Amino acid sequence: MSLTVEQVKQRNKDLIKEVLEVYPEKTAKRRAKHLGTFEEGKPDCGVKSNVKSIPGVMTIRGCAYAGSKGVVWGPIKDMIHISHGPVGCGQYSWASRRNYYIGTTGVDTFVTMQFTSDFQEKDIVFGGDKKLEKIIDEIQDLFPLNHGITVQSECPIGLIGDDIEAVSKKKNKEYNGHTIVPVRCEGFRGVSQSLGHHIANDAVRDWVFDKAGDKHPEFKTTPYDVAIIGDYNIGGDAWSSRILLEEMGLRVIAQWSGDGSLAELENTPKAKLNVLHCYRSMNYISRHLEEKYGVPWVEYNFFGPTKIAESLRTIAGYFDDKIKEGAERVIAKYQPLMQAVIDKYRPRLEGKKVMLFVGGLRPRHVIGAYEDLGMEIVGTGYEFGHNDDYQRTTHYVKDGTLIYDDVTGFEFEKFVEAVQPDLVGSGIKEKYVFQKMGVPFRQMHSWDYSGPYHGYDGFAIFARDMDMAINNPVWGLAKTPWKKAA
Amino acid sequence: MSQNAEKVLDHFNLFREPEYVELFENKRKEFEFMPPDEQVAEIREWTKTEEYKEKNFAREALTVNPAKACQPLGAVFAAVGFEGTIPFVHGSQGCVAYYRSHFSRHFKEPTSCVSSSMTEDAAVFGGLNNMIDGLANTYNMYKPKMIAVSTTCMAEVIGDDLNAFIKTSKEKGSIPAEYDVPFAHTPAFVGSHITGYDNVMKGILQHFWDGKAGTVPALERKPNESINFLGGFDGYTVGNIREIKRIFNLFGIDYTIIGDNSDVWDTPTDGEFRMYDGGTTLEDTANALNAKATISMQEYCTEKTLPFIAEHGQEVVALNHPIGVAGTDRLLLEIARLTGKEIPAELEKERGRLVDAIADSTAHIHGQKFAIYGDPDLCYGLAEFLLELGAEPTHVLATNGSKAWAEKVQALFDSSPFGKNCKVYPGKDLWHMRSLLFTDPVDFLIGNTYGKYLERDTGTPLIRIGFPIFDRHHKHRYPVWGYQGGLNVLVWILDRLFESIDANTIIPAKTDYSFDIIR
Repeated sequence: MSLTVEQVKQRNKDLIKEVLEVYPEKTAKRRAKHLGTFEEGKPDCGVKSNVKSIPGVMTIRGCAYAGSKGVVWGPIKDMIHISHGPVGCGQYSWASRRNYYIGTTGVDTFVTMQFTSDFQEKDIVFGGDKKLEKIIDEIQDLFPLNHGITVQSECPIGLIGDDIEAVSKKKNKEYNGHTIVPVRCEGFRGVSQSLGHHIANDAVRDWVFDKAGDKHPEFKTTPYDVAIIGDYNIGGDAWSSRILLEEMGLRVIAQWSGDGSLAELENTPKAKLNVLHCYRSMNYISRHLEEKYGVPWVEYNFFGPTKIAESLRTIAGYFDDKIKEGAERVIAKYQPLMQAVIDKYRPRLEGKKVMLFVGGLRPRHVIGAYEDLGMEIVGTGYEFGHNDDYQRTTHYVKDGTLIYDDVTGFEFEKFVEAVQPDLVGSGIKEKYVFQKMGVPFRQMHSWDYSGPYHGYDGFAIFARDMDMAINNPVWGLAKTPWKKAA
Repeated sequence: MSQNAEKVLDHFNLFREPEYVELFENKRKEFEFMPPDEQVAEIREWTKTEEYKEKNFAREALTVNPAKACQPLGAVFAAVGFEGTIPFVHGSQGCVAYYRSHFSRHFKEPTSCVSSSMTEDAAVFGGLNNMIDGLANTYNMYKPKMIAVSTTCMAEVIGDDLNAFIKTSKEKGSIPAEYDVPFAHTPAFVGSHITGYDNVMKGILQHFWDGKAGTVPALERKPNESINFLGGFDGYTVGNIREIKRIFNLFGIDYTIIGDNSDVWDTPTDGEFRMYDGGTTLEDTANALNAKATISMQEYCTEKTLPFIAEHGQEVVALNHPIGVAGTDRLLLEIARLTGKEIPAELEKERGRLVDAIADSTAHIHGQKFAIYGDPDLCYGLAEFLLELGAEPTHVLATNGSKAWAEKVQALFDSSPFGKNCKVYPGKDLWHMRSLLFTDPVDFLIGNTYGKYLERDTGTPLIRIGFPIFDRHHKHRYPVWGYQGGLNVLVWILDRLFESIDANTIIPAKTDYSFDIIR
């Protein structure tokens, strides 16, 4: 028995009211602004965003350090990223994000390693600048093939007033211009990981672009040069994207930042177009590249054949007929594969309802892929989205979709209990909560160790994984036969 | 195009297809400007040398791949072992996201924990308002029986005072005046996750025993015959605590597991999400004051808690992660001594079965060299078991190991002829271990999931025992303590050993003469 749109809207309203009743008054008032239902025709989703999380609730959000080290800088493979401060932050973010790369780890690449200044009490009392200098010396000594170093600030750095910029400048001179980037991404800055993305982008601008000069004279540009911006190569996503751009005749001169190298960063201003996947984390640098270097940027979405085809055509629109024909050729080439995937999985997934809660671009971008499989998104929200994300989301969601910004663990459980979706897509912290409830789940940050999900090759995996999650026999075992009968 | 709908290729195979291999080659050649292959090979070889090892061990400031986490993680571990308790971490919220993820990745279970979400304004003005609002929200929303407060480095650097803050929150009406809010300061820049466990465990006992932060009179000890048990920070807590309960039950004694997180990290999938499950009741926690004695399974994880308990009039017994025969013997003898009960015949039989298993298999392990890393107590327990098996725990390394720990491990080496060539490394990290494995190779490595990088780089087969284990499933459900636990560890070691022998003898017409089916 499916509800009409009006019934759904009423149910959402009641549900939100019910959830808010549990909070103290002040909290309920604040949280009310973040929960709502999408009304067709409205310019955004009608919820407030990018506001401080409320103390004492189980927010799913991370911090600025997580945004900079865990997302933007960490995947740059030939640089060493120092988690500067106590040991924990580096430890918890150590190789937990599956940013695939190719290289000899520990020799010329370093992504799956944990470099930390491991702050002790004396470093807090006396400051960590001297230690940082020594750390950089030791890195140069022990890892001579590193192409650069970043200093990812943890909370105490800003609080005790360390001057990591001065240390970086000094060491940059001492090591003949070796790239050393201080990043002020202390965890207490901002309201989520989002500010960390911005800070990291600014650090690329100030400490890579502004200092790169003519570092790679041997690099020759072509009219078809593009850079992939905002793909972190989870499970190889950027590779299954890159291959399509190359097949249509473009030359991908840089990947940001999954499987990316410092040279790629430095050469990006020479691109003819920047193609931006994760708008949230990399729109800042894309805008800067446009303003300063005149490189236009365009958003794309490589989840699911409908959006992929749209995106390929949009990207091709920036180039000549050769590329436009290339895009059509690529779309046609993969069409039979897409048809076969849909023929196989759509009958098993048709009409299934999904609730999402993710970061970055996924709360909207994956919707098309689900729809390609005949599935419906009944609720979505951003961990750390801004107003412009919610504006962009209106193109994707249907009238009556439940919207929850910075959802708390408590709200999310209540919503899922009431809406009873066939699948929840969120992160590791949420995964087991819903599985215990007997609700199929996929991790939509990390693809549950599967992937890639981007591109045509990725869509086949996406479809298989959704089928595997939803139609898994285990969910039929959750209730005991004796309780079922009762 | 290699992808196909009938047999979907994911990352394991997709990227080996020719079109991707070509893509990688082109990317590298044209855009990455990586060092030439010869140079990479040259440096890689250099990192295997004695010269590199010396440089590596001369490091004073840099830490690479440490085998330890920060205090607040241990704080959360300890807090979730109490009935209906939610850990409340006072500080920046990202930390809590990390702890929750870290535990979920290891236990494959949800971990509930809240934060006071401090940001820039709290950094300037202090986090009092975050505490006042936060406690009220947590209390109303999650209806916990107890909120256990600990800190992050941020709150510690700005000097927030938990005792005063909680008092003020109560005065402001966030939570009822009599509501239990034990606390401990757990700065991330002091010690490691085991220190955090210790501080919170002590903080909770202190709360209940010493008058709930001055709000009620301190409890008066009325000694009884019960035994308290502290597990310590332990990746096998689910299997271990249940095994310890079984042992205590066989003895037929009264006991209290203080901080029992065996149920909260092993909840069923039956349609219901249990935010709280099991745990030591608050009543039992208070009554634990009256026990005859407390046994800690991990001396270095309870360095402050044990003296605190001793000061309150109980005997305390500190063990070091008893794995194997002698370790378990000591545990049982202590239980028997403390309670005056005989060691149950069934356990004696189990002992004989473990010895039997060792006798059946020891020939394969005898004389094999092992490298071990992990938390200090785990390392000690494993090293002791290996010596018992006739193996040589050649390198024993704990990033969070102290000098005193190193001395104790050295004494263990000295107690056995198999410990003659063994060395202990306190305060070193896994990049040091990498050098050791190249310059003084061993046959097997024992450690957590991060050891897979060492296995790849040095070719030393890894036996996964420790915390965290992210890339193998369900190990935490099995005990490593007691004779049954020793049997599990023995089997894990043997399985890897036989796999390694098979892999080494598998080439047809070349090495497969030793590819035996009977071992």
